[in-house]
Amino acid sequence: MQKVDYNQLRNTSSKIRQGIIKAVHAAASGHPGGSLSAADILTVLYFHKMKIDPKNPKMEDRDKFVLSKGHAAPVLYATLAERGFFNEEELLKLRHIGAMLQGHPDMKGTPGIEMSTGSLGQGLSATIGMALASKLDKKENRIYALLGDGEVQEGIVWEAAMAASHYKLDNLTAILDFNGLQIDGKNEDVMNIHPIVEKWESFGWNVIEIDGHDFEQIIKAFDAVEEVKNQPTIIIAKTIKGKGVSFMENEAGWHGSAPSDEQAKQALEELGGAQ
Amino acid sequence: MTKKIATREAYGEALIEVGNKNKNVVVLDADLSKSTKTNGFLKEFPDRFFNMGIAEQNLMGTAAGLAASGKIPFASTFAMFASGRAFEIIRNSICYPKLNVKICATHAGVTVGEDGASHQALEDIACMRVLPNMVVINPADAVSTRKAILKIAEYEGPVYVRLGRLGVPVLYDENFEFEIGKGIQLKDGKDVTIIATGIMVAEALEAKEMLKADGIDARVIDIHTIKPIDTDLILKAAQETGAIVTAEEHNIIGGLGSAVAEVLVEGTPVPMKRIGTKDTFGESGKPADLMKKYGLTASDIAGAVKEIMKKK
Repeated sequence: MQKVDYNQLRNTSSKIRQGIIKAVHAAASGHPGGSLSAADILTVLYFHKMKIDPKNPKMEDRDKFVLSKGHAAPVLYATLAERGFFNEEELLKLRHIGAMLQGHPDMKGTPGIEMSTGSLGQGLSATIGMALASKLDKKENRIYALLGDGEVQEGIVWEAAMAASHYKLDNLTAILDFNGLQIDGKNEDVMNIHPIVEKWESFGWNVIEIDGHDFEQIIKAFDAVEEVKNQPTIIIAKTIKGKGVSFMENEAGWHGSAPSDEQAKQALEELGGAQ
Repeated sequence: MTKKIATREAYGEALIEVGNKNKNVVVLDADLSKSTKTNGFLKEFPDRFFNMGIAEQNLMGTAAGLAASGKIPFASTFAMFASGRAFEIIRNSICYPKLNVKICATHAGVTVGEDGASHQALEDIACMRVLPNMVVINPADAVSTRKAILKIAEYEGPVYVRLGRLGVPVLYDENFEFEIGKGIQLKDGKDVTIIATGIMVAEALEAKEMLKADGIDARVIDIHTIKPIDTDLILKAAQETGAIVTAEEHNIIGGLGSAVAEVLVEGTPVPMKRIGTKDTFGESGKPADLMKKYGLTASDIAGAVKEIMKKK
């Protein structure tokens, strides 16, 4: 068992959160709320769990992560930059014309991006294809997909959910970034997604519920997934939208708006990254 | 009478051929493998066949993921559901990242017959043609279908192949070379050019024979690749014959007729007429009766040629 340095993970996730704020602020648009909520999960995947090589992003047999909730691109970009897939200066060009970092992930232009996403639900479908390909080639690699809670309102998610259990894709792990908020407000006010655990279970998935900001729980869940056979797993991670920035936490309004100069400064201070 | 084979039949056989050639070829279907003829591949390579159930959106998304992993997925269902229901997945998950997915859609057009309007795709060429990175192919017969399938298996990038349900005459012999984007001049002629695609190529050839009685010498071109379209061949025909009639089993809006018009307007504007369904849905009926009712026969083409000749 790999020894876990929790302090190191906490430092890394703080840096990733700072990257999110810097990028969205520089772009003057983007999605900070759902990026901040997923930062701890991506930290564990990219700095603890996944077999990847930033020097060789297309490494054979690597683990693959697909950001099905593509609008949370800033968290993926900040993570990839922190992990060394590209220079962190790219973050400051996010969403600018001609920039490598597009508003939503573009697999053709950005090292480390496994699938172009942004239109919700499609990332999970793509991971079904990746998991099937790995099974066909008898590869041991693992495939991960991060979904938003509002995203599961898309019909294609349930088509994919059915297919994953039909094909017994135990090499596929979905993570639900369950922060409870979407653009127009709370999930239950916009379109109720409950009972969410029973839904996934009834579609044949193994379900693990965790606190998506507790590194110990996140790691334990990803380890447990590897013991599950003949069944895909979804980790339902209870998270806080805007996590780490006091004025953004649990505010639907921060789903898709950028902080002002003053707000960015305050956010960076709170995240320990004041300059 | 020449032998009639449906293009979907030829597709099913060609799939096994490409499956034998390349172990990365995989096939996905949406509970229609007996109709799309992918069931032959299923029998031959059960491990490389994925029935995705009646879920075309996830079928296309899964195909994208397989392609991103180095597989060559052939994704099949009816043209209606491939190009219509799954349109946005094709756009964002396949065409935008230029993934190597071959969408082979059967049961296009009114010759679906008795199933009626809900199943007769008459807009699929238009929908697929507007997508960047997409190649659109509509083969005329069994031989060109087989050759097209062999070719696209070697080509890297998204392709949409439009196939039919009905048996159609075999027009090409086995020596025929299929090249993506390269139209075929089947018959020379100096008075007018009939540019056809898919099952309308056979009708165009028949129209040419009919027109001989009127002393009209028609050239016939098979545009099997609607995108990228063979601009040179079309402009040459316009310059040399001075009038064009297009023929397709598809809405006259957005399909072959529109694609040819775009080429002519920017190159050599000449009088032109489009044969196709006239911005309407189809209906139930026998394929031959529907072809007549919707103006898709050789005599409809010949009639259009005679009209256009007056404008030359």
